[in-house]
Amino acid sequence: MNLPAPSPGGDGRAPASAGGPSPLQRERARTIFQKGATSRRAFQCPPPDVPEADPDELLPARFRRREPPRLPEVSEPELVRHYVTLSKRNFDLDSGFYPLGSCTMKHNPRLHERAAALAGHARLHPLQDPERAQGALELMWRLQGALAEISGLPHVSLQPSAGSAGELAGVLLTRAYHEDRGEQRHKVLAPDTAHGTNPATVSMAGLEVVKLATDAEGGVDVDDLRVKADTDVACLMLTNPNTLGVFDANIEEIAAIVHGVGATLYYDGANLNAVMGLSRPGDMGFDIVHFNLHKSFTQPHGGGGPGSGPIATSERIAPYLPRPLVVRREDGSFALEHQRPKSIGRLRGFHGNYGCLVRAYAYICSLGADGLRDASEAAVLNANHLLARLCQKGVAEYLPLAYGRLCMHEFVLSGGPMKRELKIKTLDLAKRLLDHGFHPPTVYFPLLVEEALMVEPTETETRETLDAFAEAIAAILAEAAEDPAVAEGAPYSTPVRRLDEVAAAKQPVIRESL
Amino acid sequence: MLEAIGVDSVGEIFDRQIPAAVRLDRELELPEGLPEQDVYEHLRALAARNTSAEEELCFLGAGMYDHYVPAVVDMLCERSEFLTPYTPYQPEVSQGTLQVMFEYQTAICELTGLPVSNASVYEGPSAVAAAAYMAKLHNGRRRLVASAGLHPHSLETLRTHAHGYGMEVVEVPLTSGSAGGVTDPDAWAEAIDGQASAAIFAQPNFYGAVEDATALSQAAKAGADPLVVAQVDPIVLGILAPPGECGVDVAVGEGQPLGNRLDFGGPSFGFFAAREEYLRRIPGRIAGETVDVDGRRGFVLTLQTREQHIRRERATSNICTAQALNALAAIVYLSWLGRRGIVELGQLLLARTHYARQALAGLDGVSLQHEQPVIREFALRLDADVAAVKRRCARQGVNPGVDVHALSGRPEDSGVLLVAITERRSREQIDRLVDVLAAAVAAERRSTSEAVGV
Repeated sequence: MNLPAPSPGGDGRAPASAGGPSPLQRERARTIFQKGATSRRAFQCPPPDVPEADPDELLPARFRRREPPRLPEVSEPELVRHYVTLSKRNFDLDSGFYPLGSCTMKHNPRLHERAAALAGHARLHPLQDPERAQGALELMWRLQGALAEISGLPHVSLQPSAGSAGELAGVLLTRAYHEDRGEQRHKVLAPDTAHGTNPATVSMAGLEVVKLATDAEGGVDVDDLRVKADTDVACLMLTNPNTLGVFDANIEEIAAIVHGVGATLYYDGANLNAVMGLSRPGDMGFDIVHFNLHKSFTQPHGGGGPGSGPIATSERIAPYLPRPLVVRREDGSFALEHQRPKSIGRLRGFHGNYGCLVRAYAYICSLGADGLRDASEAAVLNANHLLARLCQKGVAEYLPLAYGRLCMHEFVLSGGPMKRELKIKTLDLAKRLLDHGFHPPTVYFPLLVEEALMVEPTETETRETLDAFAEAIAAILAEAAEDPAVAEGAPYSTPVRRLDEVAAAKQPVIRESL
Repeated sequence: MLEAIGVDSVGEIFDRQIPAAVRLDRELELPEGLPEQDVYEHLRALAARNTSAEEELCFLGAGMYDHYVPAVVDMLCERSEFLTPYTPYQPEVSQGTLQVMFEYQTAICELTGLPVSNASVYEGPSAVAAAAYMAKLHNGRRRLVASAGLHPHSLETLRTHAHGYGMEVVEVPLTSGSAGGVTDPDAWAEAIDGQASAAIFAQPNFYGAVEDATALSQAAKAGADPLVVAQVDPIVLGILAPPGECGVDVAVGEGQPLGNRLDFGGPSFGFFAAREEYLRRIPGRIAGETVDVDGRRGFVLTLQTREQHIRRERATSNICTAQALNALAAIVYLSWLGRRGIVELGQLLLARTHYARQALAGLDGVSLQHEQPVIREFALRLDADVAAVKRRCARQGVNPGVDVHALSGRPEDSGVLLVAITERRSREQIDRLVDVLAAAVAAERRSTSEAVGV
């Protein structure tokens, strides 16, 4: 699984690798637009089978395109080689450890892909008459029920496209709830540890975000909350456990304060993988939850999507849920309910990312109640095992745990001491990890931790992998103590080495010149 | 493991962190877990209760279409290296994904005739809302002028989002009569005043009609100069004038026709292309070209200071995870089609659609809902209840199209059937549609007149 880590060279610079640049490094990046030849193609158009007609009559010349778009002109073998070669320039979860904090990179069972590819799911048109899409609607209805049970909140909409869309739905629901009671509230509270999507969402929903401080344990500073919670607050957005991997022990008190001023409590479900079957947002006092099916329920991340971000709510928020909802009628059949007069409306076309729902449903069917709980327990156990390994001598003095002593499913280390004493930054450590064959953790987030490293191993990993990762970190720190230049120059063994991001942003080239 | 952690049991890890009052003291009420083969069987049984485009002759469209997805798309999208990584935060080990984004952006720019594209947004209707939010950030005005020719889901999605960011949506009607079916140019010009932030239309519109995009853009520019936004069907851009050449500022749309399967409505992707001046305001990921320390060409996520993880409440959008895998399907599909293929495909759609429209409009009880030029989809008016006609057709294994009234809820859409043609629908199949629809409409009219005792 691991790429060999190069040994440092005599001049303080690590060699690129034992035998010079790898074949992938020698290959100069050429796009598909720079390959092929005029008129080459893979597609064969069906021959014309209808009477010929005057094109001008069908589509007047003034509406027609004059020059064809300059799409690639390649044969199928060229096409396959190009993209297969490109794929090899990626690191992926199927090849190695991917402890990207808050992203829950857990194994993607291939059963889910097979099930989602069945024609009855994959070639089902979204506007098929509901009577002839009963299997799909039943699947959605069952998934709604499962998500309601897992979250402890009874009403579910599967429509939001991903986590941030779920967040937007949640804030719009909160607005609709207050407006329906004749109240205009303008502020949304969010801790300074919040995901960037939280404040960005609040702005898109026309409200103003107010930051909450973090206390010494890594939770919400309750005193700060008391000061800021007033009747102009619409909602508090919280992730629990939060992005520090800390479960907020004051959650009941927080909920009481928030509800005391008439505001709602919103649960960012990005970290649900820590508590499935163990603790439910609804029981913690949350009114609205979004799920990241691509995280907790193992949708393949696809290089950045697709995802799916269903939301669940309490009774008082339910009237405002996006429409349509999937309902079961008295005769046992399933239907799309459009008549929802207080609904915030649609967030997107059709019914949500159904293909993702199939996969999430398959996951829940496979695991069942005890399996989901086992998954969360193993995820938390793995995180704590790795944390314990990294708390050992040689590591902990340079990369101390930012908050707490135990953690939930992820933890955050501070690279501050490492930067001061070993003269390498978190970025250097991350890049050097690539040479060891590991994807680095999330870096420089949360913002309040200096040189942060956010590590989420998930339940997927074996103890051997976690130990190897801890050893790699220790080795990099030991190497840096000898010669920080090695890490500063890393990576060496990857398809390209450190890239100039500043130049890319200064004079953006975002398409091939043709 | 436990000893190193310093606990006696896994339960203790939780006990020491989660207050007892919020611990779940029972098992979740969910069915027992199942072995793989049983889960597959359950999912297969659910799939079998859906009538897919595999099992009937499908003329449904209205945003998603039963185009052929080439095998090479499936094969490449299933590769672990594309399927299982996340967003390319570490570019040194994500050159595959990043270059795919760069190539995808290039193809979208070529299709739309606009110079910049992002790496995808969620899907079509929310892409329209994203364009409107960009317009708000750009000019700070309060009103969105939207043609009634937009997909009803686009209009409703736009309203939902606009309510959030405090904008009002003004709907411009379509023309009626013999020149009916396109955005009313007078109402359009009138609606675009000094408060108009964006002026939005669909090309072709929801009823299949090709709009005069140049005239709509010019009228908007001559008015208060809002952003001109077009929601475009990408698959017809091999033959239809690209929005960039028609004066459009932002072209967005539903990407499903480009190599993505139907999936009961998602996941697919939305595309988002714009003029150069909006580059630093567009939402979502953008891949850019650069070099590494050895001077090798490479790609990175660029202009990230627009994005939520850096800019937080001042971000140009909240989007994070988008549709990278679906965009991969699109660039593979477009490369498979190729420069000539997309033109030939467009011509084939045009010819077959025209053939189908002529044949269907000649039936008793069936007429054209509008007479505007169409490319791959057209609206008919039936002198019979559309839902009942559809049920009759279904018994013959034909799904003749979308019941527009059921989708839009507009009274004027009562009796309207929207028929879509793809390259999978041969002349023989179109002829079968003609026969089946003719019989269904006739039977339905007969049974209605009998019921009322005529």
